[in-house]
Amino acid sequence: MTRHFVASQMRTVDQVGVEERAARLSSRSIKKGAKVQGLRLAVAMMDLTSLEGRDTAGRIQSLCRKAMVPLPGSDVPHVAAVCVYPPLVSVAKRALGRSGVHVAAVATYFPSGQAQLSERLDEVRRTVAAGADEIDMVINRNAFLAGDHAQVFDEIAACKEACGKAHLKVILETGELVTYDNVRRASLIAIEAGADFIKTSTGKVTPAATLPVTLVMLETIRDHYIRTGKMVGMKPAGGIRTAKDALRYLIMVKETLGDAWLSPDWFRFGASTLLNDVLLQLEKERTGRYQSDRYLSLP
Amino acid sequence: MNIPTRELLFGDLWDYAPAPEARDHVRFEKRYGHFIDGRFVDAESWFEVIDPSNEEVLCEVGEASAKTVDKAVAAARKAQSGVWGKMPGRERAKYLYRIARIIQEKARELAILESMNGGKPIRESKSVDVPLAAAHFFYYAGWADKLRYAFAGADPRPIGVAGQIIPWNFPLLMAAWKIAPALAAGNTVVLKPAETTPLTAMKLAEIFMEAELPAGVVNLVNGFGKTGAAIVEHPDVDKIAFTGSTDVGKIIQRTLAGTRKRLTLELGGKGANIIFADAAIDQAVEGIVDGIYFNQGHVCCAGSRLLVEECVEDEVVEKLHHRIQTLRVGDPLDKNTDIGAINSRAQLEKIQELVDSGVEEGATIHQSKCALPDKGFFFRPTFFTGVSQTHRVAREEIFGPVLSVLTFRTPEEAIEKANNTAYGLSAGVWTDKGSKLFQVAGALRAGVIWGNSFNKFDPGSPFGGYKESGFGREGGWHGLLPYLEVR
Repeated sequence: MTRHFVASQMRTVDQVGVEERAARLSSRSIKKGAKVQGLRLAVAMMDLTSLEGRDTAGRIQSLCRKAMVPLPGSDVPHVAAVCVYPPLVSVAKRALGRSGVHVAAVATYFPSGQAQLSERLDEVRRTVAAGADEIDMVINRNAFLAGDHAQVFDEIAACKEACGKAHLKVILETGELVTYDNVRRASLIAIEAGADFIKTSTGKVTPAATLPVTLVMLETIRDHYIRTGKMVGMKPAGGIRTAKDALRYLIMVKETLGDAWLSPDWFRFGASTLLNDVLLQLEKERTGRYQSDRYLSLP
Repeated sequence: MNIPTRELLFGDLWDYAPAPEARDHVRFEKRYGHFIDGRFVDAESWFEVIDPSNEEVLCEVGEASAKTVDKAVAAARKAQSGVWGKMPGRERAKYLYRIARIIQEKARELAILESMNGGKPIRESKSVDVPLAAAHFFYYAGWADKLRYAFAGADPRPIGVAGQIIPWNFPLLMAAWKIAPALAAGNTVVLKPAETTPLTAMKLAEIFMEAELPAGVVNLVNGFGKTGAAIVEHPDVDKIAFTGSTDVGKIIQRTLAGTRKRLTLELGGKGANIIFADAAIDQAVEGIVDGIYFNQGHVCCAGSRLLVEECVEDEVVEKLHHRIQTLRVGDPLDKNTDIGAINSRAQLEKIQELVDSGVEEGATIHQSKCALPDKGFFFRPTFFTGVSQTHRVAREEIFGPVLSVLTFRTPEEAIEKANNTAYGLSAGVWTDKGSKLFQVAGALRAGVIWGNSFNKFDPGSPFGGYKESGFGREGGWHGLLPYLEVR
């Protein structure tokens, strides 16, 4: 490991300013065709997630069917990926087959990451070997908060290496980093260390994804792209439950990073309950009426 | 200044559908004369008022002659000495509270009218102009019965009849800024709205009637500069309050020299927005945008001169270059519009003339690539780099969405350059260091200074200028003083 993090590009973040900007972007009005297009995009960008101790093979198979055909009898696209714990990767892989829906798995002793680096790397390798296309790792928050940024960087770089061809999403767990300055610094470390995506949260800590945190991360991605030409993806996860929320995130992507990032290759939503609200809204736009959610299958 | 090699693509892959604010419930007359002695009166001659976003005629408005102004002043005098001046402060306050509440009730209609007539985006009329107008009435209502405590021992008394002339950039808000403190202090008013934007003032007259404000307390006369001159020259007016251009302000001051009339002027500006290298740059860029592109740059306190520390100039300019591509220019009534219509053809021509001078004098122009509507008066968000202190675009007020970028190396140089102007209305300072912020702010010769923010307003905060930006303060406790005799 010879690369080291350089803090030269570390700009401070003003809390009041970034929250105002996020609120301003949230006041955009998205109607009619733009709404339908945005919601379909949101479905295609979704990492349909189930990360619970009680997840069983049957439960994940059912989730995979929902992922492939979110709304039977419609032309709503399939989601981007199914996100599961490592032992369920092979189940998901079989269920999804050649549908085009990726298998993402949380590795590195998610959600706390409290294990030796060797153990975390082993888990990454095993999970990739089991067929995961994407690895969602957590950063070492105790090292980060203790000020050992170089260690955080080195561990991410090691995970990236362990991933091989699998895409690496780096979870910052912004709810534990608390300040926007920390979020920006952690984003920068993850990006410089080789993250393909940076991701806000595990979903196990409150607050999870918020719009201002996402804005800080998007701006870091933008600055890195301008400086180096390398695109990095973004994944807010946790707490995004409504179609309206999803559109607000898309507006933020559109107006911060532009059209190139409006694609499942570069933007994902980590969510479980969001899908059905989006489907409900899409059906409302199609029929002009709200239907009861009992017509929608559980994810 | 180099423009980035890597572009971000702000295209139409996912375009927002039009989201126009419904205007069907907005009601206004085909013709407005003047509002004198508690009722609308006919005019002798009329002129047309248009919607600057499509150049369609909205209504006709009367032009007040000196004779009409005389009637208005007489009504104001009668109301002042007969009713309003004698009324206890707590009673005056009730009317002001009532006016504030009715403004809130009619907020949506007022916002739409303000955008139709003035060209400003509906998002701004809804979130800034109308709520702040109501807030000013609420705020000064609170002072009306406390003047003896605010000016303890000074026996505060009303001055009499105030003649007020307001500009077209914030029509309703400027009317509120002028009328609320005058009334709270026990004066009566003759006010002239700007000739391009009288509609919300006429609505305000309807609100005064609904609030049962005694006849003659506020009189509104429409017209051009000639009407304004008739107010200024009227012998029975005790005080003039003017907001507008420095040129007209100077004429007014010359006219009033040697008379007993009091005067406050709120004039032009060329505000410096100072960005230090240690600032939160992304938020500072938002502040630059708020500072110069808010209300199409038709803001006297706009941050129209960007002073950026040389070592971060490239970074700031690059970010600004990308940011202005996402500003949506177009229909003022669309909820997603960021920049609406320029208020008039004359103003559009003035902006173009100054922008041409910037190019001729050798500055580098940067504009957003957005499409402009076919009809109406629109101008792309613009900024100049490579600007020096001698350029016209660095010295003259453009009053449009046009920013001049200059650089500095040390805090001393920033202060020196910021103060190197005939104006002194506003300034902004962006730094993460609190001590530096206060030190620089203390050395700036400007009436309003924002720290890590720009164009924030509150009725409790006094507003006004140094040097050729005028004198007198509006807002806050200070805003009462120009309307009171104190011993």
